[in-house]
Amino acid sequence: MSSCRSGLMLLAALPLLAAAQHVAYPGIGRDATPREIAAWDIDVRPDFKGLPKGAGTVAQGQVLWEAQCASCHGVFGESNEVFQPIVGGTSAADIKTGRVAHLRDNSYPGRTTLMKLSTLSTLWDYIHRAMPWTNPKTLRPDEVYAVTAYILHLGGVVPADYALSDANIADTQKLLPNRNGMTTDHALWPGPKRATRPDVAATACMRDCATEPKVASLLPDHARNAHGNLAEQNRAVGAQRGAQTATAAPPPAAKAADEGAAALLANKHGCVACHGLENKILGPSFRDIAKAYGARTDAVAHLSGKIRAGSSGVWGAIPMPPQTLGEADAKAIAQWLAAGARK
Amino acid sequence: MNDAVHARPGRLIRAPENFLGAGEVRAVFAGRREFMRRAFASASAAVLTPAALAQANPVPAGGGDPNILNLPAHSTGLGQPVATDGYGKPSKYEANVQRRQSPGLTQTRQSSVSFAPLQSLFGIVTPSGLHFERHHQGWWDIDPSKHRLMINGADPKLLKAPKVFTMDELMRLPSVSRFHFIECGANSGMEWGNVAVPTCQYTHGMLSCSEFTGVPLKILLDLAGVDFKRARYLLAEGADGSSMTRTLPMERVESGEVLVAYGSNGEMLRPENGYPLRLVVPGVQGVSWVKYLRRIEVGDKPYGSKDEVLHYIDLMPGGLHRQYTSTQECKSVVTTPSGGQVLLDKGYYQIGGLAWSGRGKVRKVDVTVDGGRNWKVARLQEPVMDKCLTRFTLDWAWDGQPALVQSRATDDTGYVQPTYRQLRAVRGSRSIYHNNAIQTWLVEANGEVRNVQLS
Repeated sequence: MSSCRSGLMLLAALPLLAAAQHVAYPGIGRDATPREIAAWDIDVRPDFKGLPKGAGTVAQGQVLWEAQCASCHGVFGESNEVFQPIVGGTSAADIKTGRVAHLRDNSYPGRTTLMKLSTLSTLWDYIHRAMPWTNPKTLRPDEVYAVTAYILHLGGVVPADYALSDANIADTQKLLPNRNGMTTDHALWPGPKRATRPDVAATACMRDCATEPKVASLLPDHARNAHGNLAEQNRAVGAQRGAQTATAAPPPAAKAADEGAAALLANKHGCVACHGLENKILGPSFRDIAKAYGARTDAVAHLSGKIRAGSSGVWGAIPMPPQTLGEADAKAIAQWLAAGARK
Repeated sequence: MNDAVHARPGRLIRAPENFLGAGEVRAVFAGRREFMRRAFASASAAVLTPAALAQANPVPAGGGDPNILNLPAHSTGLGQPVATDGYGKPSKYEANVQRRQSPGLTQTRQSSVSFAPLQSLFGIVTPSGLHFERHHQGWWDIDPSKHRLMINGADPKLLKAPKVFTMDELMRLPSVSRFHFIECGANSGMEWGNVAVPTCQYTHGMLSCSEFTGVPLKILLDLAGVDFKRARYLLAEGADGSSMTRTLPMERVESGEVLVAYGSNGEMLRPENGYPLRLVVPGVQGVSWVKYLRRIEVGDKPYGSKDEVLHYIDLMPGGLHRQYTSTQECKSVVTTPSGGQVLLDKGYYQIGGLAWSGRGKVRKVDVTVDGGRNWKVARLQEPVMDKCLTRFTLDWAWDGQPALVQSRATDDTGYVQPTYRQLRAVRGSRSIYHNNAIQTWLVEANGEVRNVQLS
């Protein structure tokens, strides 16, 4: 009887146990330490919660930009060779209204970062967490302020002598050309200030439906093979085959015996962000480098030196910054290039 | 060669369902010889004809098929031993079934996309090695013994205690396994203005479906003692170079459907898809399914991350961008026959495709072969699951005439997939994201299928 009573008492205590939820799965998880949280909690919200103190000038930003950013984004942030342009398409009038006029213009080509940016925290946070592309999280807060200031200056948002800081970033936010350009009034999320019904209402007509099945758009014949031979992109057995879109069979890919090792190094060190094996991206292709230098007797020393010291003015206007890889890896990549950059 | 083809016996199979009436089927049989003449008259050296592609199946003069009469090596010899390959691979004859990039779409391969070959897949599950990829700063193969998940608050009062979990701990917690689709918000984005790509791999291939295994995120937030009254949002953050971040409204988590997942299709996630840990957010675009998940921060406001301010925003005709668009609305696509394929011959085909909705289950799929004038209700293949791909099929006897094939899905909220005209009337054609319009495939008289848009 007494054991029965204590059992009832245990049952009565259960809701209390459920309220103290962390005992539900004893032994799982532990409290995070302040140092751990500080190491990972780097996000900055639109109200600038999370923003570290600091400051940086446009002039400091320009130095950083040309050393670490221009190789992908162009000297003026205008390049679309690797990523979409950062700067362009905004005007002084946009800064007054907070709406970018070109976004209303169907004929205006492309959308730059500054045409879309509605919250300055976003730019700061992203540069801080993810840039430079091959060395993310290496910029100190003051440097992030400086690069952010420089981008805003390139876009005509702040003057050349501007210093951006945690103290004036909220005021600087009020200058963004597209700060009033966002809406959450749609049914594609469950948040506040939203439409509750889908914006497009179709009906499922089944018979003699009013439609004119006239073909308005299709790929031109000259683009048949633009995505490669479709015959090789479909299973070779079954109800359908892929259409033969290649006019001639491609040559079988040649395989070299030493494939892999140096190409993997080029990948590991981020070289492939700017150099394709056979195609120019920002810098020349590995094959073009091989063609240009392979015959030189000092090709390996010359190329490994260029990789580690950086290079400019040989293949185009955009410089290659000095690379931080070790001498042995630079030499291995140089040897691979000198031997023809075989896959 | 023409004579040999003409001498072949008819291979038409009567449609099991009465999509074509008996009279129509007779007409198809009767018209076959005339169709073949026309097909060959228009054939050129550059374009292979259906008959040239077909695996002919006549009775040869010798009275039998050599593939039957002459026993092959695999019937007369000893095959390979078990565990030849500790992790088995597809047949060498399946080498064409690959995920692929769309040429020119991106300038780098680390911030890029590969598309799943929907035209070659069966059922609803995407084989893990064919799952589409989207990376923002390249993929990594992360040592799970060193991976951690942190839960903290935008301010300390939003939870009782910030927490850290190891993978061992996460995998000890009660798990669930659920089938869900994942679709990139930019899927079909290249087609908003006009036809841009040839096959359904490129029009719809940022779509996959797997059985995901993991822990409901709600359990972890409860362990940290989150104050759900104030913490109406959370930020999910990845551990890769881009440290991808996305805001989630807490409603989605409170329903219990958001998972912190480590498993996919019975094994661990693939590195390209977030090994060892990713968020699973059913019905929501793929960018919110943060890979290499390292941190969840609960907060009282949305976060305005890069992929909520500069990308994954939908440009409307008036110049405003819609922000935090994330629910994937009801959509479908016919995958066989589809763009870039060639029908082998006229006669019976099973039209097949996929339908899905981020708001729930697929209730109905209709299929037309006349560009939308008349529709038939397709069969839905079981199981039909919540926020999951659903396979549909319809019997079709192709009469050799040009056909415009479309599918149109309706979900269990009653929402009907729109046409391009209906979608563009509201959203214009510069949205990039959330294109769920009805797809049209033109089957030409020579059997080749082309991607088209109608007006």
